[in-house]
Amino acid sequence: MSEQARQQAAQRGQWRRLPLIDSPRLRWGLAIGAVVYLFLALASVEVNWERVAEGAGRAVNFLGAFMQPDFVSRYDDIVAGLLESLTMTLTSTVLGVLLAIPVGLGAARNISPLPIYFVCRAIIAVSRTFQEIIIAILFVVMFGFGPFAGMITLAFATIGFMAKLLAEDIEDLDWRQVEAVRATGASWWQTMNHAVQPQVMPRLIGLSMYRLDINFRESSVIGIVGAGGIGATLNTSLSRYEYDTSAAILLIIIAIVLLCEYSSSHVRRWTQ
Amino acid sequence: MPVSTTPQGLPVWRRRTTRAQWLQYLAWLAGVSLFLLCWKMISDNTMWVFVEDAGRQGADLISRMTPPEWGYANVLWKPMWDTINIATLGTALGIMMAFPVAFLAARNTTPHPLVRSLALMVIVSSRSINSLIWAMLLVTILGPGVLAGIIAIALRSIGFVGKLLYEAIEEIHPTPVEAISATGASRLQVMNYGVLPQVMPAFAGISVYRWDINIRESTVLGLVGAGGIGLQLNASINSLAWDQVSVIFIMIFATVLVSEWISARVRHAII
Repeated sequence: MSEQARQQAAQRGQWRRLPLIDSPRLRWGLAIGAVVYLFLALASVEVNWERVAEGAGRAVNFLGAFMQPDFVSRYDDIVAGLLESLTMTLTSTVLGVLLAIPVGLGAARNISPLPIYFVCRAIIAVSRTFQEIIIAILFVVMFGFGPFAGMITLAFATIGFMAKLLAEDIEDLDWRQVEAVRATGASWWQTMNHAVQPQVMPRLIGLSMYRLDINFRESSVIGIVGAGGIGATLNTSLSRYEYDTSAAILLIIIAIVLLCEYSSSHVRRWTQ
Repeated sequence: MPVSTTPQGLPVWRRRTTRAQWLQYLAWLAGVSLFLLCWKMISDNTMWVFVEDAGRQGADLISRMTPPEWGYANVLWKPMWDTINIATLGTALGIMMAFPVAFLAARNTTPHPLVRSLALMVIVSSRSINSLIWAMLLVTILGPGVLAGIIAIALRSIGFVGKLLYEAIEEIHPTPVEAISATGASRLQVMNYGVLPQVMPAFAGISVYRWDINIRESTVLGLVGAGGIGLQLNASINSLAWDQVSVIFIMIFATVLVSEWISARVRHAII
């Protein structure tokens, strides 16, 4: 409906709100497509209702465990797992950010030559596509069980995340400052240091804090495939049906993530 | 600008005062020592023999993975369809639950501060627990299968969508809301005509973005038994059939690239 037709209809007292998608053909096409898809998808989901009914008791047990988490009986395992997770988080973030900086510089179209750009973009694509768990499986095969493989995994995932955002940041930086520094006869290195770095630094720090937070959350799961950290403890406790210990671990994870988020928002406010 | 003077009385420009400079050195020292301490703990828990061997192991792995056993792809269509269903249905379920939670959590639409803190707690706990952990819990409760995966993805999506949506609601323009309430509209009508149209584009964008992330996450849910291509991945890894694993990797890579492209296109069209 054109703007004028809408106006006239409104004057006659018939008013309808603007649709989210303008073109009616696309709108109806999407709606019909969604219904057909939903039908097909729901038809292919097989649910074993007997098993679900059987598990309902466990769900109640689990909720009960959340009311009374047990921090004590597996205290040593929890502390060891947590320490491993935290050290993995910190080292992997530091390593990942350090490695992400050159990759990010290379992946910014405005400052890097084409061949380097493609190589760096390929690194980013590979690191971003695969879930941390999949990368962890490969690195556990290569480096053996333990936190080292986990650290390398998280560092690798950090590279893709940070380098992509850093490159986007560099691509829309204020080019006049770069030109000004170049006009003084600065070398490439000096241009990076005095024109590019000050512009992207606040965002880089903010993103690193955010990534620290993500890495902690991820470090709690890569233990499932043997890459160390609290995930292994959690997995063991779940498969032994010690729900009260699992609840305790989950509560600790939530608390640490909250703390991370709170402090990272402070750091971001302070740097920007 | 802190300026100090040389003994000759000439002003010298410095970036920081002496105190700030020392504090900065100290902060660096603390940071580096913390890093080294953590590094040492990891290094103590590592079998360096295995790490030294990593290059050979990696080469061995690559030689086992190539050439990919393309015939295996025929088995993978159904699991891939399941994976996409987990992601899509999970996202749909998640945004349905996140929508009311976001309205309860936003400062300007919440009925009561107490309800707000409750909604924020839901968002935080959903966000801090990885979908794989949700899947582990749900597999023990619901039994292995696609359903556990869908619900795991949905539970994880509540936090993400809820957080971004309530931030969008808090940033809306107050004038349309005032205008609607000036006509004597009820609370629900104000939401419907004043708030909703303003957040709808953001909501659609966030949902598509989360769908894209969920495709990625649902590829691994099978590792803990929650259905999808991860089941096949787990089976192939356990039977050391690395040439099948590489086929799975290629399929995951292609699917994720396509979903990322779709999500980027849709978000571009909305914004």
